[in-house]
Amino acid sequence: MSFKSMEEIVKLCSEQNKSFYEIVIEEDINESDISLEDSLSKMKKMWDAMIDASDNYDGNLKSKSGLVGGNGLRMLDYLDKKNSYCGSFTTNVIAEALKMGESNACMKRIVAAPTAGSCGVIPAVLISYYRYADIPEKAIIQSLYVAGGIGQVIAERAFVSGAAGGCQAEIGVASAMAAGALVFLKNGTVEQICHATAMTLKNLLGLVCDPVAGLVEVPCVKRNVIGAVNALSCADMALAGIESQVPVDQVIDAMKEIGENMNTNYKETACGGCGITPRAVEIENNLKSINI
Amino acid sequence: MNIFDIIGPIMVGPSSSHTAGAVRIGLVTRHLLAQEPVSATITLHGSFSATGSGHGTQKAIIAGLLGMLQDDIRIPQSDILAKQVGFQYRFEYKTIKDAHPNTALIHVVGKNGREIEVQASSIGGGRILINKIDGILVNFSGEQNTLIVHNIDQPGHVAEVTSTLSHKSVNIATMQLFRDSRGGYAVMVIETDQDIPIESIDWLNHLEGVIKVTYLSAVK
Repeated sequence: MSFKSMEEIVKLCSEQNKSFYEIVIEEDINESDISLEDSLSKMKKMWDAMIDASDNYDGNLKSKSGLVGGNGLRMLDYLDKKNSYCGSFTTNVIAEALKMGESNACMKRIVAAPTAGSCGVIPAVLISYYRYADIPEKAIIQSLYVAGGIGQVIAERAFVSGAAGGCQAEIGVASAMAAGALVFLKNGTVEQICHATAMTLKNLLGLVCDPVAGLVEVPCVKRNVIGAVNALSCADMALAGIESQVPVDQVIDAMKEIGENMNTNYKETACGGCGITPRAVEIENNLKSINI
Repeated sequence: MNIFDIIGPIMVGPSSSHTAGAVRIGLVTRHLLAQEPVSATITLHGSFSATGSGHGTQKAIIAGLLGMLQDDIRIPQSDILAKQVGFQYRFEYKTIKDAHPNTALIHVVGKNGREIEVQASSIGGGRILINKIDGILVNFSGEQNTLIVHNIDQPGHVAEVTSTLSHKSVNIATMQLFRDSRGGYAVMVIETDQDIPIESIDWLNHLEGVIKVTYLSAVK
């Protein structure tokens, strides 16, 4: 049985004097009836697949529609010039997010986290931090449980799909999961993990899912960047001692309420927003002539 | 939701519903056919039809029919692989009445001549539902061991099937009964906790009044 609230996890952490990671992995072991080693090795597979996806990025590939591809490479070239506003670490995070989103659009192998469309957010921050800070892989794998536990609560209380709740329920959730993992990696408290999750999700409340031609390409790939960068800033705010005035579980409930009231035109149907702009209509017509 | 449904699955992009789910539809159809497929006609409906090409849905279904899993990096080349192994297929784009937006109807023929028609929907997150087999309404996910018995609608068949299972200590998790008309064509769909031994499937296949038995071992 998944956790019903972040509050429940906080309570278990304090009652049992355990970390967020320990509470989440113990739940998986009990629920799936597997050993600690088996659970950890499954999570390592996910991490390895994220690293493989990053390493196997091909900047020369284009998606079948031709709309997506090559921007990860462009960002890495720009990073080499050492002149970005974001600084080298954050610029690298941006590049990683683009790489993963583009790989997904080009039918490469990725890890849905929580969805395929938002697969770039978590690896973007974790792979970048892993390489920049030279932290042990073990810590990264533990942080994936923190991210996963946050995702479980959101899936239980609300939803994790664009069709159900708009982009806030994909990129928003991925961003919240990533922020929690980042706070954990800097030894933040359980409460700080909750504040980071709350702030991250709050910042992306209301974000609609309005794909051009119904494809997981525009604006999806670049939204992975905002998800990743938002996670960094909120993790840093939480670690600085900044708190969310609205408790995290209430923010999750707010996301659900917004998603339920969101017009279906903005829930992955390609009937609204960017998806019905004149340019989108033009792209769609072009695709029809090359499709089928 | 299990933590590895949140962090995971590992899959070939771009879409869990239009790509990973489509692979699974092909794969479950292959298992239901229970032999190497040699040809297929695949009808795509709704969003599968409208946006399938951009999501690799066609390649994904072919990949599944060829036995690939959702994380197989050969999925984008499944059309070429199909040619190499001599698997022939054809796609049609039509509306299927009362179907979920992401639905495929697959008529497939195996190397020993067995044929089956499967209608399935991709319902999100890579999960699927089999809606119809050979035109008869069914309703199962393929995530559990599933026994499908087609028989003449007459008394005694349910008892025969359930007692065969009980004899092998196979516990029934869910059971559904469908028929096209009284005394006509009937289908039972039984999900079980344990794997059903092959001799039980053979036994059921030879019972009078039983038209066809299909068994699907849980497809993970």
